[in-house]
Amino acid sequence: MSQDMTVIAENLVWGVRRRVIVDNVSLTVRQGETLGLIGPNGSGKSSLLRLLAGLKRPQSGRVEINGRDIAGIPRRILAQQLAFVQQNAATDTNVSVRDVVRLGRTPHRSALSGWSGADEAAVAKALERVDMADRRGQPWQTLSGGERQRVHIARALAQSPRVMFLDEPTNHLDIHHQIEILRMVRDLDLTSIVALHDMNLAAMFCDRIVVLRAGAIVACGTPREVLTAPLLRDVFRVDAAVAAVAGTDRPHIRFQPG
Amino acid sequence: MTAAADREGGAGWPALFILLVLAGLAFAVALAAAIGDYSISLSTVVLAVTNGLGLTGAEILPIEQSIVWDLRLSRALVAALAGAGLAICGAILQALLRNALAEPFVLGVSAGASTGAVCVIVLGIGAGGLSLSVGAFIGAFAAFALVALLSNGATSGPNHTILAGVVASQLFNALTSYIVTTSGNAQQARDVMFWLLGSFGGVRWPDFQLLIVVVLLGLAICLWMAQSLDAFTFGDEDAAALGVPVARIRLILFAVTAMMTATIVSMVGTIGFVGLVVPHAVRHVVGPLHLRLLPACAAVGALFMVLADIASRVLVAQQTIPIGVVTALVGVPFFALILYRSRPQT
Repeated sequence: MSQDMTVIAENLVWGVRRRVIVDNVSLTVRQGETLGLIGPNGSGKSSLLRLLAGLKRPQSGRVEINGRDIAGIPRRILAQQLAFVQQNAATDTNVSVRDVVRLGRTPHRSALSGWSGADEAAVAKALERVDMADRRGQPWQTLSGGERQRVHIARALAQSPRVMFLDEPTNHLDIHHQIEILRMVRDLDLTSIVALHDMNLAAMFCDRIVVLRAGAIVACGTPREVLTAPLLRDVFRVDAAVAAVAGTDRPHIRFQPG
Repeated sequence: MTAAADREGGAGWPALFILLVLAGLAFAVALAAAIGDYSISLSTVVLAVTNGLGLTGAEILPIEQSIVWDLRLSRALVAALAGAGLAICGAILQALLRNALAEPFVLGVSAGASTGAVCVIVLGIGAGGLSLSVGAFIGAFAAFALVALLSNGATSGPNHTILAGVVASQLFNALTSYIVTTSGNAQQARDVMFWLLGSFGGVRWPDFQLLIVVVLLGLAICLWMAQSLDAFTFGDEDAAALGVPVARIRLILFAVTAMMTATIVSMVGTIGFVGLVVPHAVRHVVGPLHLRLLPACAAVGALFMVLADIASRVLVAQQTIPIGVVTALVGVPFFALILYRSRPQT
């Protein structure tokens, strides 16, 4: 199966000066899977996400995508397969929605190649997918937070990636838009890796969840396997009642005021 | 045609805009060659130019031929190239540093150039063998090297680079003031100040030949990287995620802008405002995509500078106002208008 887009991390270590931020992380993300990264503030979610996406170089260890070490793949080639959605990426430039989504075609174009039919089709399809096709001419600055995040996802989709990384894509969104964004990500026919804060959202939308503490993996598995009251107390220092939801593998977490 | 529609419609409107500006530029250059203490008719200017190019052999007064071809035309064309180069550099730096206030002198290049120039004018370094231009060029590049060093080869992010530029500017400005106050006489201080404010007096064809190579080469390199520049819209990391080799592109483009700015400054002094204002104004007309923005900036910067040079010669009879004064005086009201019209509507 050459179409497989498995992401494998082996013994990743990364830090700043003497502080270790990602501590010997190994994991495997399967083709088509939605993997959630959760953990308290400062647990290394964002750094791990950047290591996996090749935006940071690990001090030791390696990341393999489809059997190849990404350290040996040029940036542009990597960007044809991996897309990264930052949290709250902002700009002062007066760009339109379409201009932003067009940026997603950057890794597929050479310096002198014109704007091709394939580029146009990818942009149109991406705008369609996030339901922003009729807003293509609108200035970026006039969009709401949820709309901006949708446009960022459209831009990532225009890259025609096989793997998508999202760093807290639901930050600062209201609950309707949080669910809308994550449903969109889950339904994409892609391998996606999402750093999340909200455990109930992770439980609702992720196939598997990785829990980080101090840069190391403390648990990895389906939401039901991972999100247990003892783990939440241990890692997040909260008391919670974890209730099974009938007919699903996805628990519901109710935090106790203590 | 609305702004949204023309973006959808491709390159039609920006191309037309650039053509219109270039036509205006041709007229402005002819005007610049006609206007002066010795006034020459436009038709004579055209004949003098075609004579100079060897296309015609029309009989006009030798003095008029000489004034147009040897003095005013080269001056006007150098002004056009300097304006084009500064505007391109401004657009590049505003994109790379993601800062609306960025302009060609933000990397300390002008301060370095002035130090180099006073070393030659006041201290006499090089003992006559070194021209003011060469001194300014060396100083400009020394400042750029310092900024590159302080910002780890420009890889430390926009704010770090801007701070490094501020530090370099302060250092070289202090050195300039120190040299002028301790070693210079009044006449030298005045020379330095005039040079700093910019002047096209004394530029000739060799200057034009050097400048056209530098500016066209710079524009070509920047256009080659136009798509990568667009990718910086949401910052360095975002550009990297889009497959742009961020550190390499930054360093190359900083070096190209430093090269262009240093060459221009060493020829005509530090002419402010063009590099800051023109990119902002042009973005309003052709949008933010660099493949259109950069050529449009070059054309508008050239036109603006030629007009400013004409103004500097005619505003006060028998006297040339420093070009930097004119660009600021003409530019500020214009820029104020843009700022006012683009203010937030809330």
